[in-house]
Amino acid sequence: MKALVMVLGTSMLSVGGYAAEELTVYTALEAEDLKKYATRFNQKHPEIKINWVRDSTGITTAKLIAEKENPRADVVLGLAATSLLVLKKQNMLQPYSPKGVEKLKTSFVDADSTPSWVGMNAWVASICFNTIEAKKHNIPKPTSWSDLLDPVYQGQVIMPNPNSSGTGFLDVSSWQQLFGEELGWAYMDALHNNISRYTHSGSKPCKLAASGETVIGISFAFRGARLKEKGAPIDLIFPEEGLGWDMEAAAIVKGTKNLSAAKTLMDWVVTREANELYNEGFAVVAMPGVAKPIKYYPQNIDELMIENNFEWAAKNRTTILAMWQKRFDGKSEAR
Amino acid sequence: MPYVVDRFSMQDRMTEFPWARLCILLFAVSLFVLGMAAPIFMLVGKSFYTQDIFVGLSNYAHYFNNPTYLTSLGNTLWVGLLVVLISVPMTYIYAYALNRSRLPAKGLLRVISLLPVLAPSLMPAISLVYLFGNQGILNKWLFDQSIYGPIGVVIGLVFWVFPHVFMIMNTALSSGDNRHYDAARAMGAGKLRIFFTVTLPSVKYGLLSAAFVAFTLAITDFGVPKVIGGQFNMLSTDIFKQVIGQQNFSMGATLSVLMLLPAVLSFIMDRWLNRRQAGIHDHRAEVYCIPENKPRDILLGIYCLSIAAIFIGIIGMAVYASFISFWPYSLTFTLEHYAFDVMDGGGWDAYYNSLYLAVFSALLGGSVVVMVAYLAERLPGFNVLRGILQIFTLMPLAVPGMVLGLSYIFFFNQPNNPLGFIYGSMTILVLSTVVHYYTVSHLTLVTGLKKIPSATEDVSLSLKVPLINTFFKVVVPACARPIGDVSLYLFVNAMTTVSAVVFLYSPDTILASISILNMDGAGDIAPAAAMSTVIFSTCVAAKLVHWAISHYWYCRNV
Repeated sequence: MKALVMVLGTSMLSVGGYAAEELTVYTALEAEDLKKYATRFNQKHPEIKINWVRDSTGITTAKLIAEKENPRADVVLGLAATSLLVLKKQNMLQPYSPKGVEKLKTSFVDADSTPSWVGMNAWVASICFNTIEAKKHNIPKPTSWSDLLDPVYQGQVIMPNPNSSGTGFLDVSSWQQLFGEELGWAYMDALHNNISRYTHSGSKPCKLAASGETVIGISFAFRGARLKEKGAPIDLIFPEEGLGWDMEAAAIVKGTKNLSAAKTLMDWVVTREANELYNEGFAVVAMPGVAKPIKYYPQNIDELMIENNFEWAAKNRTTILAMWQKRFDGKSEAR
Repeated sequence: MPYVVDRFSMQDRMTEFPWARLCILLFAVSLFVLGMAAPIFMLVGKSFYTQDIFVGLSNYAHYFNNPTYLTSLGNTLWVGLLVVLISVPMTYIYAYALNRSRLPAKGLLRVISLLPVLAPSLMPAISLVYLFGNQGILNKWLFDQSIYGPIGVVIGLVFWVFPHVFMIMNTALSSGDNRHYDAARAMGAGKLRIFFTVTLPSVKYGLLSAAFVAFTLAITDFGVPKVIGGQFNMLSTDIFKQVIGQQNFSMGATLSVLMLLPAVLSFIMDRWLNRRQAGIHDHRAEVYCIPENKPRDILLGIYCLSIAAIFIGIIGMAVYASFISFWPYSLTFTLEHYAFDVMDGGGWDAYYNSLYLAVFSALLGGSVVVMVAYLAERLPGFNVLRGILQIFTLMPLAVPGMVLGLSYIFFFNQPNNPLGFIYGSMTILVLSTVVHYYTVSHLTLVTGLKKIPSATEDVSLSLKVPLINTFFKVVVPACARPIGDVSLYLFVNAMTTVSAVVFLYSPDTILASISILNMDGAGDIAPAAAMSTVIFSTCVAAKLVHWAISHYWYCRNV
């Protein structure tokens, strides 16, 4: 109770204009979590107010690149590592070594001596499968990516558009890495026949599966687990070929006028408390030994995740997206 | 101010406060130059550039060589035509019933037909998901066709354009001249013949004008295709994809010009028709006398009731769904979808921002419209400026909201624009809203002003009353009704518009209508329905306040 009062107290203070500094933070984190992340950060640093600008991965990335000459963001937090690698290549990130960064798994930190970005947690592909509608339409439960090509699923599959959704991109990039480039496109060509539409958001396919608008939504584990918790009649399927994944990561935008506050936020991002916060939604986080198993996630999730080549994914991101757009965009929602 | 009064005389009422009037006129002209002409000019220019390099028509060539774009252009045009073909006869019969039959409760039917105006166009689209989506309660009615696509878009648009088209039809049908019908009947003409020789000619301009309005609204709307279009692309969703999804502003500009062209063409046709319509009005016309005809009244009654039921059904569905905890599996009552603060879209702040925008648009916009209309229409002098202003006041009607919004990005976000500071602020939203909805507001007031005898100013001057007093003591009270109408019109549109603001909001100025868009985009459709309900209720409340005030005013002044 005392803790609650303190939390309320600090958040009231930060709302009441006590914050001395403000940071504009671009993010692709789920909207429902933004308040929680800011509150936890403000428990430690009430003097810095975070102004979130949230959109999906692809749009946030496009926006950052479009604003390159005149950046409006101070920090990027919770954006796909592949996107941050693209920004790094464009020389848009401010290298900074957060205090305590050495405690993170090396695979979660930019390899440069002064890292340009640090990872927060992995987010993992998953299929949301509506059991009630499946029974109604007599549709069997798939167990693998290749199962999804079965004509029985025609018109029953929804996946995110990789151009706007980070989840969509990790699917496409993982299929290319799993099946090889040629076969990867062949797989998507075949899958396209079963897809009823491509959504702008990575969560939406799972939400549509949860509400029975579709039987199968290709989405990510975090969203599936949340919806199942709320009572949605869905099963989470982790295809046996392997799971695509990407890292939610953070970085300072070069040219920020609030460098010291930005550094404070980056220092917080690598703390143990922050990693415990990520673990509330995600099974794999940057700091070793922190993660506890999460309900509805498989125990062996690390083994299911593919060997993800981020450098390759970042380097080929533009080409892959352009190719995807050319082949499949006709079935896409606006954005 | 005795020293001012001495200068007045009957002959030169135009000389009173010449500087003040010049200043206001110049202010109004600059408002249109900065708030419309210059931005649109820049937008058209941008379509000839790619990343600041002049490329001539190559953006257009690129557009017309891309089959995906051409498909959505084709989609836009045929959907526009279909909406015209459905909504014009539909509203015609409805307006006919309200003007040429002896139906009871005409007032109520009229109010119901105007309800869609009070909702953002996203609302009917959301309702259609609940009605005809894969889990929709009326899903079976679609015979396995998907609502996500042209079917949903057309239904949503017909609902949304209905009141706009209805108002034109209603005006056209309300002015029938009974003498023509008497003459036709006396000469033994049958009903069909009377319809084709008397009724139709008298409303033909109204019909055409309604068709153009329906077409323009349908091809420029963004909310309906965004929510229910699914994989069905249209020009407006393409512009959005280019600008927001790809941040490709040159292509966005090119597509905008392609949307501007049919809208402008349609606008010119409509103005031309309006002029002809004005010409056929006859002051000696006798009020149409409705003959008794039971079967007609019953048929029309069934028709009107069905339409009214559909309208209430569509609005009611979104309201109902917003209180359902987990559609379609758990139909218990909940308020959790109204907890906007834990969702995509900007939370309750978005709603307060919308209220703020609506109040300011109504007050500021309303005052500017009154002032400009009075100076431009009532007082002589400064003829060149007034002429320019008269053209400017009509132009916003031809500019689609998305096009105006995108043009503001180009104009106000240039590094060397001294007005750049309003970019991302509430001011730019007020400006775009007022400019976007200027024409109808202006025309409403001009009509109101025309009812005041033109001798009013002469009388006041001969009595040595300053014009400014006349303005506040005579003109404003005499125009209280149109001023109230204009304020309500601006308020409601500021609450509901998506297209005029979708490119201009910033994290601090996010609006309720935009948050519906974002929540739907993230798959949070029940909260999107909830926010639609909040906007709709606010507009209904504003309408009731407006009704109460004008009613009170009317009673007091009669």
